Amino acid sequence: MEKSGSIDSLGSKRSSSRQPSVDSLSSASTSRSDRSAQAKPPSAMSSDSVATSTELSPELRVRKPACHVLRDSSKEEPQLLPNEIVQDMAKDVTYICPFIGPLRGTLTVTNYRLFFNCIDRDPAFVLDLPLGVVSRVEKIGGASSRGDVSYGLVCKDMRNLRFAHKQMDDTLRKSIFEVLMKFAFPVSNGLQIFSFEYGQVFPENGWKVYDALTEYKRQGIPNESWRITKVNDHYELCDTYPSTLVVPVNIPDEELKRVAAFRAKGRIPVLSWIHPESQATVTRCSQPMVGVNGKRSKEDEKYLQAIMDANAQSHKLFIFDARPSVNAAANKMKGGGYESEDAYQNAELVFLDIHNIHVMRESLRKLKDVVYPNIEESHWLSNLESTHWLEHIKLILAGALRIADKVESGKTSVVVHCSDGWDRTAQLTSLAMLMLDGYYRTIRGFEVLLEKEWLSFGHRFQLRIGHGDKNHTDADRSPVFIQFIDCVWQMTRQFPAAFEFNEYFLVTILDHLYSCLFGTFLCNSEQQRVKEEIPKKTVSLWSYINSQLEEFTNPLYVNYSNHVLFPVVSLRHLELWVGYYIRWNPRMRPQEPVHQRYKELLAKRAELQKRVEELQREVTNRSASSSSERAGSPTRSITPVQTFV
Amino acid sequence: MLSLGSGGGKSAKPSFVSYVTPEEINSEKDTPKEEKHPDLLPGEVVFCSASTVLKLTQDELSQRGTFGTLLCTNFRVSFISDEETGEETAPLFKNKLYGENDIPLSCVDNIYGGYEDKRKLVTGSQVKNKYPSKIIIHCKDLRVFQFALTFCKEEDAKRIFQGIVHHCLEPKSLKNIFAFSFCENTAFPEMQMQQRTMMFDSAEDWAQDLKRTKGSCRLVTENANFGLSPNLPQYFIVPESVSEADMTLFQGKGLPIWCWSHHSGCALFKTSNLPLQQEDNVPQSYMEKMLTAVAHNYLYSVKTEDLSDTLPTVQDIQLSYSKFKQFFFIDSTTDFWVSDMKWFSSLDNCGWLDIIRQCLQKAMEVVECLEKENNNVLIMEDGGSDLCCVISSLAQLMLDSYYRTLQGFQSLVQKEWVAGGHNFLDRCNQLHLKDKENVSPVFLLFLECVWQLLQQYGPAFQFSETYLTVLSDSIHVPVFSTFLFNSQHHRASILRQADSSHSQRGTLNCPTVWDWSVQFDCKAQQLFINPLYAEKPKLDKSMRRPHRPKHQRQLSLPSATFKTPPKKGFFKDETDSLKKILRVKRISRWMLSPDSPQPSSTSREFYEAWQRKPLDYHGLLLPCLDGPAVRIWMQRYLRWIQEVQIFGGGLVTVLSKVSDLLDEVQELQRQLDRHSSSLTSNHQRPRPRPISAETDSRLSVLLSSSFPFTTLKNNWSYKPAIPTGLLQSLMNSGNLADTEDDDQESLVRA
Repeated sequence: MEKSGSIDSLGSKRSSSRQPSVDSLSSASTSRSDRSAQAKPPSAMSSDSVATSTELSPELRVRKPACHVLRDSSKEEPQLLPNEIVQDMAKDVTYICPFIGPLRGTLTVTNYRLFFNCIDRDPAFVLDLPLGVVSRVEKIGGASSRGDVSYGLVCKDMRNLRFAHKQMDDTLRKSIFEVLMKFAFPVSNGLQIFSFEYGQVFPENGWKVYDALTEYKRQGIPNESWRITKVNDHYELCDTYPSTLVVPVNIPDEELKRVAAFRAKGRIPVLSWIHPESQATVTRCSQPMVGVNGKRSKEDEKYLQAIMDANAQSHKLFIFDARPSVNAAANKMKGGGYESEDAYQNAELVFLDIHNIHVMRESLRKLKDVVYPNIEESHWLSNLESTHWLEHIKLILAGALRIADKVESGKTSVVVHCSDGWDRTAQLTSLAMLMLDGYYRTIRGFEVLLEKEWLSFGHRFQLRIGHGDKNHTDADRSPVFIQFIDCVWQMTRQFPAAFEFNEYFLVTILDHLYSCLFGTFLCNSEQQRVKEEIPKKTVSLWSYINSQLEEFTNPLYVNYSNHVLFPVVSLRHLELWVGYYIRWNPRMRPQEPVHQRYKELLAKRAELQKRVEELQREVTNRSASSSSERAGSPTRSITPVQTFV
Repeated sequence: MLSLGSGGGKSAKPSFVSYVTPEEINSEKDTPKEEKHPDLLPGEVVFCSASTVLKLTQDELSQRGTFGTLLCTNFRVSFISDEETGEETAPLFKNKLYGENDIPLSCVDNIYGGYEDKRKLVTGSQVKNKYPSKIIIHCKDLRVFQFALTFCKEEDAKRIFQGIVHHCLEPKSLKNIFAFSFCENTAFPEMQMQQRTMMFDSAEDWAQDLKRTKGSCRLVTENANFGLSPNLPQYFIVPESVSEADMTLFQGKGLPIWCWSHHSGCALFKTSNLPLQQEDNVPQSYMEKMLTAVAHNYLYSVKTEDLSDTLPTVQDIQLSYSKFKQFFFIDSTTDFWVSDMKWFSSLDNCGWLDIIRQCLQKAMEVVECLEKENNNVLIMEDGGSDLCCVISSLAQLMLDSYYRTLQGFQSLVQKEWVAGGHNFLDRCNQLHLKDKENVSPVFLLFLECVWQLLQQYGPAFQFSETYLTVLSDSIHVPVFSTFLFNSQHHRASILRQADSSHSQRGTLNCPTVWDWSVQFDCKAQQLFINPLYAEKPKLDKSMRRPHRPKHQRQLSLPSATFKTPPKKGFFKDETDSLKKILRVKRISRWMLSPDSPQPSSTSREFYEAWQRKPLDYHGLLLPCLDGPAVRIWMQRYLRWIQEVQIFGGGLVTVLSKVSDLLDEVQELQRQLDRHSSSLTSNHQRPRPRPISAETDSRLSVLLSSSFPFTTLKNNWSYKPAIPTGLLQSLMNSGNLADTEDDDQESLVRA
């Protein structure tokens, strides 16, 4: 009896450990790369592997081994999500793939996605992307001599797509691309963003991941120096701040209002994080309204003094201004500026030289030119350098490192701001917190970090991303959040065992930053989200992620507990995130051999442990029951396990 | 600071004392009594020494450091700290021959003299009575040492400076290389390891390799005493139809030497170019004859590739590397952050990565000919023992998983490089010759290429990155016969001379570098094994990804003639071989105009077609050569630089976890075996020990990315490296930078 069980364990193991994790275990790097290529919409989650594989990225799809799946004729159409409706379909559309060449197939447009399918090939080719990633659609050239019309789609996720189809004979019929434009930019066309229609129910409710009071309680707040104020309960003090704020205990709410008057957009210094031992704090705010005349505010000065006093370990306060000093100074012309060290006793001001959103946007645009569709081999590194992308990453990480160092090694409290305190400030505080506090390096902790430092503190996702808005030249768009995720990725590279989440988790977040499937990244502030009833009307990205954590878990995670991570911010250790920026290029084979190997060994260990236990039981049984009859029992036929480790 | 390799020499060879009498030492210096000595190796002699030398820490701004004694022996420059060092912190990864404050003489790359604020390269000749206040030594393994002489006695300072300069920079004869006095005084037991590494110094090894690859060529044993030509290896393999007369005609030049046979039957050969002779038909007809011989090996096809025309020369390689390595000699923190700004373009400009890429590309083209077209390939080069070695060994690594095992790799180096006659002595400049024309890091270039493959396809290699790094360091440890000679003939003649002069002591027995126990103990050697290596699964099919039939993938292949190589023993159909027979006529044309470098588009297609297939770590491997895929060998180049050490991070944190798990699995396996045997004997065994990975994983948190080369010791540093200097100045801030950020009101909205 038992022996057959032990032999079966090999085979049954695979089926019993169910779901996609088995994929990654058995089918090596390809499946992992496929998964990291594009997040599958959650509808696929409950269904079988067939549906799962259709959701994968187009170019990578080509070398997916499980091609038989795609021959299924039902795959002509996409698997629709709840409330997703096909809006138009066109046959004989050519997708001009920069890697494979022209592909002829069927194009489907729904209120959520673009789906292109070419079944003439083996394996079939599928392109499946949420319309939310489309930044702009342009008609390329007029009707050519051959009567083809060509459309280019510029996407927010580092790729451009080109399609062509025959000129319609019936001139009254709209091109499918006009339909596409309508649904790609719902906000500009008076339609609703798909998140509001999508009604998938998940086992877990992601909107419950973050609760400000719980998080502050985790940090030990309120305490003798810091209190929670409800002064912003109705967003009257500051409409871009969350309702729950933590301020020094000895500053009454009335004074907060006067401090708010001196800080841009009323964004007063509030606590982001407190060191559990030294009580040194990270506080964030916007620039002081100093102006050309060097205006001062007694209340603001007193307030910063209170922040300093809350930390008995140090008689100094560091103010980190994220901007280059020149830009900070230029802000005085518009009433802003920076703290003068004369006015703020014991405070030291440090400029972190991080450039503004426009520089970052331009840098990413250059990066796209360098990596998409093809990479020039010969001057790759010089080309990369000319985009300055990694230099910006370096400066952001270096800034966060200095903050973390001051708090950890110097036991000194820090105040962080830029101009408005919702872009660079969010990058810096959240990265510093990631270095300082191992909790944020878990999956749930990271979700809390994003909810707190980015969403509740008013990073303007709607403006920076431009959800559903056709105005692609909007100067408010900027990859600030992408930069942050890139910095996180750099840290995961340097500390591959320190983060509970894997690369796929980060890529998934970025994919759904644009997809408009979840409500998480909609709107610009907590106030707007409350007003729009986002948590009620949409699904949270964390619902999707937390319902299948295994997908996003780093198998090599070691709890570093109290270890502070100081990443190396030299360009020698920073690298371009190939798995995100160059993932469309099929030549770059993403690989995670370490994860792969580790999972294999874990499976092997489990199997061996089981066998050892079984054998032990057998040995015990025998020695107990029948110690007399030994020698050559016919039932014993244990085959030695083949190790290939 | 730890003292140098204390235990190593002592424990192994207690006999060394007798060869260095106290008198000899005394005669070399003035104050022998006060000075400390390293544990000298057998045959090691101290030339000179100086006390109260200050070894400075890396940051030159802080004049902090450790006082100690600096000495120069016939093996190394050594610094012995006056500070007591805790023996208990002995590093895990300790080299038995030299410690962290020792520099083997051949490992010295450049010596600079520091005079007040200036720094001058010391070339040797100008050293007379002057001596600098500071000696700065750049090592070939990328370490940097700074010794301040300001506190020494003038006499001592002068002597030690001159001594170091003399012994490190002045030309010397081969017999003065430390290996000879070391080996005279040491008996090396025959290593087990050596037995498994094929040395290719016997006919059997060649026969075995030929048999393993099912090649059908002819093993030549007539050169065992170099009767045919000193330019040829003792044993080698040529196409069947090459006659003995052919072998001697041009002293072995132009003779196609077999490297490896593909399972289809076609094979890879290499040769050195014939000397150019004007108006003479002999070489050309000879070459045609040789080509025909190669073509006859399999289906009358041959493809030639003249590497001298298509790859950088050895001088190019040397030039590029000498620029490249400078990026890693960091003298100060300021230096580091200044050079960080232009890091990528500096790397690009020195061209080193591009040379690596070109070599891998060329090897891939050779692989394509063998694998896809089943052509015999003859690679040629002027000397026949530089880039030929690089390309042929790379091609074999890509094609044959045997060479990706530790023993296989060592055998490959023996076959292609040592027996293949790479001029190690000249290329590595072991004799410190002033004329550097022949110096070139060709072997290092090969290791770099191997590293690229390793980092792209970790599970395919049995050896680790650390192994490659240590191997690259060992080139400059003047103990191993592997890197001391220019050819087998050279080695034989030197050893014969040495033997005759020391006949009373028997034959000299220099260890080869593969005898790793000379340098490392067993525990350290475990770090040579790659924990990610996916050993070839044998019977256990259920754990293995089902191998899908290959024809399925062929439809997408660009070339109609492409046939995925079938299993061994498969022969091509008739039409195909007819085509090949026709090709033979074109050989002479190829001879006259060597193949222009293949348009990379075809090898792109080859790569892409291969890439679409599921990856088999025991099958063909092709490197990805796109920009981001070719990287810097971080461990080798960045290991000594404080600023880039990731404390608690780096790949080592996860690799050590995998290693631990691997140990557990092996332990379980042993338990299982024990239990199954205890079932027969019916003995009760103790319960398996509970596996506690917790403590081990804790440890990995305390490692740094430079493990195992630097250890954290006690100063687990929480101090991060914060960039200094003019950060903002590097950005060519255009208009955008001046645009008011974040402030939407101030912007005109489009």
